[in-house]
Amino acid sequence: MTAASLNARGPARFDAVRLLRMLLPAIALSLMLAVIFSQQPRAMSYVGLTLLLNLAVPVILATLSQLCIIAINDLDLSIGSFVGLCACIAATLLKDTPLLGVAALVAAVGVYGLVGALIHWRALPSIVVTLGLSFIWMGLAVLILPTPGGRAPEFLTTVMKWKPAFVPLPILYAVILGLGMHLLMRSSLGTILRGAGGNPKALANAGWSLLRARVTLYLMAGTLGALSGLALVGLTTSGDANMALRYTLLSIAGVILGGGEFTGGRVNPVGAVLGAMTLTLAGSFLTFMHIPPDWQIGAQGAILIIVLALRAVLNRAEER
Amino acid sequence: MITNDLPSPADVAPARRTLVLPVWVWPLLAAAVVLAMTLIYSGGRGAADIMSAAVTFSALFVIVGLGQMLVITSGPGNVDLSIPAAISLAGAIAMKVMDGSNGMIVAGLAAALGAAMALGVANYLLIRLLRIPPIIATLSSALIVQSIAIAYGRGLKIKPPPAFADFCTGRTLGVSNLALVAAVLTAIVLLVLARTVYGRTLLALGQNQRAARLAGTPVSRARLTTSVVSAGFAGLCGVLLAGFSGGSSLNMGEEYLLASIAVTVIGGTSVAGGRAEPLGIWGAALLLFLIVTMLNTFGLSAGVRLIATGVIIVTVIAIGGGRKAA
Amino acid sequence: MVSDETALLLDDVRKSFGAVRALAGVTLRVGRGERLGLVGHNGAGKSTLMHVLAGVLKPDGGTISADGGRQVADYDTAAAGRLGVRCVFQELSLCPNLTVGENARVLHPGLRGWGWRKRAEGLILEQLDAIFPGHGIDPKTIVADLSLGRRQMVEIARAFTVTDTPIRLVILDEPTSSLDATAAEQLLSYLHRANLGGVASVFISHILPEVLSAAERVVVMREGRIVLDGRASELTRRIIVRSMGAADEELSEAESSARVTDTTADRPRQVLATPLAATGGMELSACRGDIVGLAGLAGHGQSTMLIRLFDAWGKRDPATQVAAPVALVPGDRQSDGVFPLWSISRNISVRSLGSLRRFGLIDPGREKDLAATWRERIGIRTPDMDNGILSLSGGNQQKALFARALASEAGIILMDDPMRGVDISTKAEVYRFIRAEAERGRTFLWYSTEMEELFHCDRVYVFHQGRIVAHLHRGQMTEAAILRASYADASGEVA
Repeated sequence: MTAASLNARGPARFDAVRLLRMLLPAIALSLMLAVIFSQQPRAMSYVGLTLLLNLAVPVILATLSQLCIIAINDLDLSIGSFVGLCACIAATLLKDTPLLGVAALVAAVGVYGLVGALIHWRALPSIVVTLGLSFIWMGLAVLILPTPGGRAPEFLTTVMKWKPAFVPLPILYAVILGLGMHLLMRSSLGTILRGAGGNPKALANAGWSLLRARVTLYLMAGTLGALSGLALVGLTTSGDANMALRYTLLSIAGVILGGGEFTGGRVNPVGAVLGAMTLTLAGSFLTFMHIPPDWQIGAQGAILIIVLALRAVLNRAEER
Repeated sequence: MITNDLPSPADVAPARRTLVLPVWVWPLLAAAVVLAMTLIYSGGRGAADIMSAAVTFSALFVIVGLGQMLVITSGPGNVDLSIPAAISLAGAIAMKVMDGSNGMIVAGLAAALGAAMALGVANYLLIRLLRIPPIIATLSSALIVQSIAIAYGRGLKIKPPPAFADFCTGRTLGVSNLALVAAVLTAIVLLVLARTVYGRTLLALGQNQRAARLAGTPVSRARLTTSVVSAGFAGLCGVLLAGFSGGSSLNMGEEYLLASIAVTVIGGTSVAGGRAEPLGIWGAALLLFLIVTMLNTFGLSAGVRLIATGVIIVTVIAIGGGRKAA
Repeated sequence: MVSDETALLLDDVRKSFGAVRALAGVTLRVGRGERLGLVGHNGAGKSTLMHVLAGVLKPDGGTISADGGRQVADYDTAAAGRLGVRCVFQELSLCPNLTVGENARVLHPGLRGWGWRKRAEGLILEQLDAIFPGHGIDPKTIVADLSLGRRQMVEIARAFTVTDTPIRLVILDEPTSSLDATAAEQLLSYLHRANLGGVASVFISHILPEVLSAAERVVVMREGRIVLDGRASELTRRIIVRSMGAADEELSEAESSARVTDTTADRPRQVLATPLAATGGMELSACRGDIVGLAGLAGHGQSTMLIRLFDAWGKRDPATQVAAPVALVPGDRQSDGVFPLWSISRNISVRSLGSLRRFGLIDPGREKDLAATWRERIGIRTPDMDNGILSLSGGNQQKALFARALASEAGIILMDDPMRGVDISTKAEVYRFIRAEAERGRTFLWYSTEMEELFHCDRVYVFHQGRIVAHLHRGQMTEAAILRASYADASGEVA
């Protein structure tokens, strides 16, 4: 009886609201770009877009890393220092002794997996464990590179400064990353991983190992974090232990902006990529609007609040 | 036929032994051990200096930690990420309003604390209206406030009023004034937690939000109070820090974010909520400072010190944390 | 299709939770392709039995065997899965963040590799079409976006999907509770067809006509045992209800101890809740000093009503009026009641903190006195009220929760089935106490899933599917009348 009356309510309106909620990250990014282009039409070019979005690539990678952790209802407060560490490894070990550098990066990713296992076995709060971990990453980075410096290996600079035909490089990478992660999360494996965040009990009852799911996601997060460090050092050409500390909060904001939620395994890789790009653009946006760069992170916060407020409004519309 | 008549392990109640020592003693003991090791290495030289520096620097961490502790106690996953922003903003406002004049100290303090507490109210409203977890609310407000603090404080090279600077760096009866402030706040928080409706509500809320509501405690008011107090304490820390270090700086709050969580958790406050250990924060703050001092004395680099801090946090949580004791 | 082949055989299965015996030796054989209906009142052991069959609960004793007596040693969810036993529980076991098709994948490890998504979606769609023709569910939809009824359809259809292991037995726990009439009809006729194909089904339902028409065999449980096992064609609703314990039509003995006043006119009304437009039914009211029972099958709106009344204090809601402060005694101690980190004394005082203050601070002396008083009055057995609440037995924890509510200034006490898992002597003490407190002028609204308890009430409202379907006064309160009304049997409705 009840079910019938629920079904009877117009599905069309709900679909419109749902669609709007899904498109929110894309709308935010388009609005931002529209304003920039209207202020500075020359930005609407191959070179302009490359400059505007260059720094988005490492942010996107860090955001996707955070997305893996959030997918299993955890939170990673160490991603910023981890990206810094990987950048430092790239600027020193990887350049001077490539084999040792690769080994160090693989070991760092392995530690991520171990931490996932530890959190699962002892049912620990991920926030505190990753907080402790952030000190360890930072310490290791300082040990490897006590003062800012080092040099990026040439192949990284090449990869990050490559100029493909027609499509600006950051956009090309964003599309590849967003699409790749989207397909991975939609694969038969990714379905189980997201299910582990959505209803762990049901998944365990169906015979899946939650430990393996969590470790897999942590390993994915570590890999993406390492790639973020490599991309960052490829752009800046030198390393610094503190260079990516802001990525921790930025990556969380990016995932949330992209439609992800803290619980229930609800993540959206394409949205997260758009969210990360929006947050990166917030800086350039201000420059074009002739607002001092002091307000850059403030603009990021404002965008986050506006999008969250819009989402709250849409959610309420759907409930009604 | 084999039958499994044995009771399942879950039905057998585990024998529980109660610890004799209260939780907050452990970090204090650990701090004492670290201090002893440092002094043995240095042959006992500089004991008084180390102690007084440790107490003074710990005081600032304790003040921030007390606020973070209240937020963490309010339930699983609750953390205040806007603490650094509150510190930077309050420091900048205080210095600007005081403007180096002794007569404006009270006004500056009031303005700074008012701004910080307004941030607390804003955080609460974001949580309520947007139905988002405290972490996201404080994260977004922190970004905005940090920007305000930077824009407002840029180029601000105002020294604190002499009387205020003297207070922040001075001592009374041999104890640094900052430590006295922190001690008074600790005592107040202890009293509030044990003997007020707010304190009991907060502890109940952290243990079980639904049960707290059904027991008729004022849950929403407690959340608001917690949000405001956390921001207020961070603001106070910002003002004192500016007075102590001869002026405010743009990112003076940065190191306090992770540190405030670390001292709270190492101090024995439950991350799952419902159990607060204000005295443990002292032990944890002293411990973290003394470890750095010890490793310094041993001649180890900053990297090793950071790693040691991280290893301690992970070890403490891996041993003590975990499943909520049921 | 009753065949001689056995799909699954339970032999003398026992299971206890603490002092409560949920299953007291159940022997049950489910034949291949058999349709078995399982009925019983609250706490009869149906759900425990289902969870044992599903492998979620491990029995304390007894054996489970399949295929002509081959015993299954370690019967858990994996073993159940290998045997082809599938379950549809009341708590949804779908992942709400995944699509319908993806949820099919969760159940079938074999759905992988190229094109798995198409295959998974085809699989679930085919099954949905087979069971609920015209269901209108797109397998690409995310489950959270479906209505409750459609989620239930997906859950049911998923249980019937086959990749590698053939299905032996499907367990359905109140599968029709959130389905509309058409879908329920479709499901029952599908079960019939599935059984012809050799798939056995066990389903729990509270709608007796449905059970009688859909099942071949009906098993009635009571107090952890099977009390009736017969062919559906030979049973009637009357026989079933009687077997559940409604045999004695005479009034319970508890009545003699009860007050014989029915003069509600001179006492002021304390509680009034008018039926909501969505549910309909009768209104609920209670006067000062009343003990009013809320009866019916578990989860049919009694707790919702209590929460509605709880939230009404201090608000102006014409549909829900309470004339005095309200306190609630929760039944689910773990999720709604105790504060595990606190002492007994703090657990009691938490509802009365305001009145324990002196100069704005809670006075430890007064708090201690309060705890001591209530330890005495309600008889909490502990050497020290400063011990942790978890040091108490379940019954004494419950007494502490009673003390919490009764120590407060509340004039209306709401009880949310508070006696679950409480021993008999504690119960007797608390019953006396409730009566005494009512005589002092407190009003009690008492939801109970235990039949005997209802006879301690002055009158009873019976709930069915979220609304009040019967109001029974002292003279009309018999087990049979309450049971009839719980199952929405028309003859049980007394205006």
